[in-house]
Amino acid sequence: MTVVFSKTRGLTDIPTHYCPGCTHGIVHRLVAECLEELGVLDNAIGVAPVGCSVLAYKYFNCDMQEAAHGRAPAVATGIKRVHPDNFVFTYQGDGDLASIGTAEIVHAAHRGEKISTIFINNAIYGMTGGQMAPTTLVGQKATTAPYGRSEEHCGRPLKVAEMLATIHGAQFVERVAVNNPANIRKAKAAIKKCFQTQIDRKGFGIVEVLSSCPTNWGYTPADALKWLEDNMIPYYPLGNLRTPEEAE
Amino acid sequence: MKGNEAIGAAAIEAGCKYFFGYPITPQSELPEYMSRELPKIGGVFLQAESEIAAINMVYGASGAGARVMTSSSSPGISLKQEGISYICGAELPCLIVNIMRGGPGLGGIQPSQTDYFQATRGGGNGDYRMVVLAPSNVQELVDLIIEGFDIADQYRNPVMILGDGMIGQMMEPVEFKAPKKRKLPPKDWITVGTGGKRKPNIINSLYLAPEILEEHNNDLQKKYRTIKENEIKVESYNLENADVVIAAYGTTARIAKTAIANLEKEGYKVGFIRPITLWPYPYEEFKKINKNCKGILTVEMNSGQMLDDVKIAVEGKFPVYFYGRTGGMVPTPKEIMAKVKEIYGGEK
Repeated sequence: MTVVFSKTRGLTDIPTHYCPGCTHGIVHRLVAECLEELGVLDNAIGVAPVGCSVLAYKYFNCDMQEAAHGRAPAVATGIKRVHPDNFVFTYQGDGDLASIGTAEIVHAAHRGEKISTIFINNAIYGMTGGQMAPTTLVGQKATTAPYGRSEEHCGRPLKVAEMLATIHGAQFVERVAVNNPANIRKAKAAIKKCFQTQIDRKGFGIVEVLSSCPTNWGYTPADALKWLEDNMIPYYPLGNLRTPEEAE
Repeated sequence: MKGNEAIGAAAIEAGCKYFFGYPITPQSELPEYMSRELPKIGGVFLQAESEIAAINMVYGASGAGARVMTSSSSPGISLKQEGISYICGAELPCLIVNIMRGGPGLGGIQPSQTDYFQATRGGGNGDYRMVVLAPSNVQELVDLIIEGFDIADQYRNPVMILGDGMIGQMMEPVEFKAPKKRKLPPKDWITVGTGGKRKPNIINSLYLAPEILEEHNNDLQKKYRTIKENEIKVESYNLENADVVIAAYGTTARIAKTAIANLEKEGYKVGFIRPITLWPYPYEEFKKINKNCKGILTVEMNSGQMLDDVKIAVEGKFPVYFYGRTGGMVPTPKEIMAKVKEIYGGEK
């Protein structure tokens, strides 16, 4: 018998704790496959965040550090400055990266830190039970925005990819979604290019991944993907915002 | 050398090649020195965007196996408390220098000792301890920096150098001496890439299961007990005959020594206890004080912080008095002498 498909070596065998229908699992697999396919898995050092993916250090089959809330880019900076030849990545959610950790992500990009960041934007705080995030859409309900996010009260949601694309050191910036197979394939291609940017020592790279949270959005997994497509993609347009070639 | 620069030179002597920091008075000569010197030896100086980022860079670098340090002054050290708690939880060795200034809040920029509680009781969350070393002159500062890195590596624990603005700015001759030889454990836990040859190493302070977290805490406490048994440093003088014993650390201890010398000339019998490790604290040293002693005078550049440890140490056997100045005001030998005479109550 010939093996035509097997699980990537980039993931451990530990079952994940993610809710049914959560897209973290898909993104974990894409990241792990890219690490393996680019041949950097064995010298990779990952940094896990605080939030739903806090236990990511158990799932990626490489050396990992668990950072304080929002501080993953600073921790990754410390690692990369000591080991410039290792592949260093962070995996962060929107509470972690777009709220408490804005200073750390902006300045990692600003220094052109040669690390790669996977940024999961699901427009909500998942782990703590569905509170409003800086990425929560106007009108979207959350446990701390029971009447829906009001623009007058909290402003419009933060567009992280666009913000970071204004910084020269951010050499690769792309927003993708994992709501259907075609977009998942594009997401993998973007993650691979982002990682290649680090391998080529060009600078900082980030892929913002629009993801679903059926549990806290209150939808079935399928309806959550539909909600993502109908509501998130129009506000957070998909596409590449910066490649090293353009940055020149 | 100037104290702040001597810290940098001593750290490099100890093999520290990585420094992450943020400018703040009165310690900025240290990051400036490191930014000049570390690139020459293939090391890295990085000015972080904040104190918070700097301590987290230290976390990452230490977890990746480096001898690494950061420095700051009081308000900046407050910002680092989150990172310090994580570093203690994840058991990462590193050196943290606090050149203290007056507080609370923005306070002032003149010397003080107001962060004793924060350093010895833990300003961050959780049951953790840092080794806290308090040098009283530039030579001792250099010695403690060099030994501090070894202590950190031996116990996989951060070490804090708690100095005041005066020692940072003071200029004195120094000599670089090798510290006592220690058997340092291998760093087989660091994240450097598995090389496909071993299971992943994980640097972490999260233990969701209560029984596992309790076990982790028990392990930490066991380590702290070992540190208490092995690492206490203290200087003392004339405890057998003293009528009054002065307890002081850092620059204040130096001033107290001058006061004691003057008092002796006038016929007063004064003893001296100078904790060099503020944690672990040399409680036992106070048991050497003769039973006829009239009282212990704690002198600090704060409103009475080490005072609590002195009270714990004497177990109510002697009256404990306090003299302190704050805000960057420094106690003079004359002021200390007057306080000792007051305790004597007029009769020698």
